[in-house]
Amino acid sequence: MVSALPPIALQAGGNRVVKGVKIEHVCGNPSLGSAGDAALRRRIVERCLEALATPVSSPTLFTVEESEEPRP
Amino acid sequence: MRVAHYLNQFFGGIGGEEVADTSPQLHAGAVGPGRVLDSMLGEATVVSTLVCGDGFFNEREGEANEAVWAWLEETQADLVVAGPAFAAGRYGVACSHVCRIANEMDLPSVTGLHPENPGRVVYPKAYAVPVGRTAAGMKDALEAMVALGRRLAEGVDVGPAEVEGYLPRGIRRPGHRDRPGAERAVEMLVAKLRGESFRTEIPVEGYDAVAPAPPIADLTQVTLGLVTSGAIVPKGNPDHFRRASETRWSRYPLGVLDALDADAYECVHGGFFNMIACENPNLVLPLDAVRALERSGAIGRVADFYCCTTGNDQRLADCARNGREIASALAEAGVEAALLVAT
Repeated sequence: MVSALPPIALQAGGNRVVKGVKIEHVCGNPSLGSAGDAALRRRIVERCLEALATPVSSPTLFTVEESEEPRP
Repeated sequence: MRVAHYLNQFFGGIGGEEVADTSPQLHAGAVGPGRVLDSMLGEATVVSTLVCGDGFFNEREGEANEAVWAWLEETQADLVVAGPAFAAGRYGVACSHVCRIANEMDLPSVTGLHPENPGRVVYPKAYAVPVGRTAAGMKDALEAMVALGRRLAEGVDVGPAEVEGYLPRGIRRPGHRDRPGAERAVEMLVAKLRGESFRTEIPVEGYDAVAPAPPIADLTQVTLGLVTSGAIVPKGNPDHFRRASETRWSRYPLGVLDALDADAYECVHGGFFNMIACENPNLVLPLDAVRALERSGAIGRVADFYCCTTGNDQRLADCARNGREIASALAEAGVEAALLVAT
């Protein structure tokens, strides 16, 4: 799951939690402009896919680095 | 007795969700419901109020914690009162953190939370009196908080939760019982086996632990389902989803849609400033990015519908039922992995 409030998501038992940007725009950031926003959203979804493919034994946080480039 | 009071932007009189980013602000004396609190305190006085936006507190936790710490150091209060936050999740989280910081500074503190407020999980050791879901119960809530807070500030040895009426803090203290544990345990077991009512001595509170699903071996072969508790609905809100306290969920077709267009979808969640999500619903349900990854082959395919509810002040029992129903709808549709976005 993607959540802008990871502490709550993890404590509620979310096992694969990807850190979102902000409550109002969990998957992206309009202030980055259309292209920047779309690229950030893609990175977040890619991170979700990585999380789905990662074995976890308890609630685990996955983060998206600001500098991270989308995969080719 | 000097009382320090914490409020969010709404009760602090600044505004609603549109100003939830408000940074911490100090006020001398009482503000808003703090005036009612002040009138109940008798000799004691609300000497200082810290007001902070719920969004700010939750998203910039480090800065918010520092502001609370500095405020309490400066205020030299004998008692810290936070909220009450009722069923408001982010406000409850903030109030629980305020109580935690006060505790770390050896200051007595009290808050008021609805028993299902997620703030309880953040810091279960807070002294929280159970309050209603909404501010309609403000007066009763404050009275109960004052009664407990006064005892804490006076250093009275406060008894167990069920006697004193606060929410259980998950703390066990040594004490005497009339009969040994073995007898009590066997009695409980016998009652359980007979199907009779019995009462556990260690209630297990909180959320169910769900075992993590095994990892997906090959995402290029899976069907991905999309789910959100962010109340993204077709324009016009055909199922009349409530902005808060919703009990239902719904599914909406995605067909061959490439992205969620603002002309066709909107956000009706009432727990945050939702205009940004109305202008671009993909910010909550990232269909555009998911489709791009589907086209690139990173995802096998995307289910042709998405599931949605309003995750705002939803009762835990409804959350659990909706979760089970959504999971079985996805499973029936052959979905093997789900992407849930919570706001």
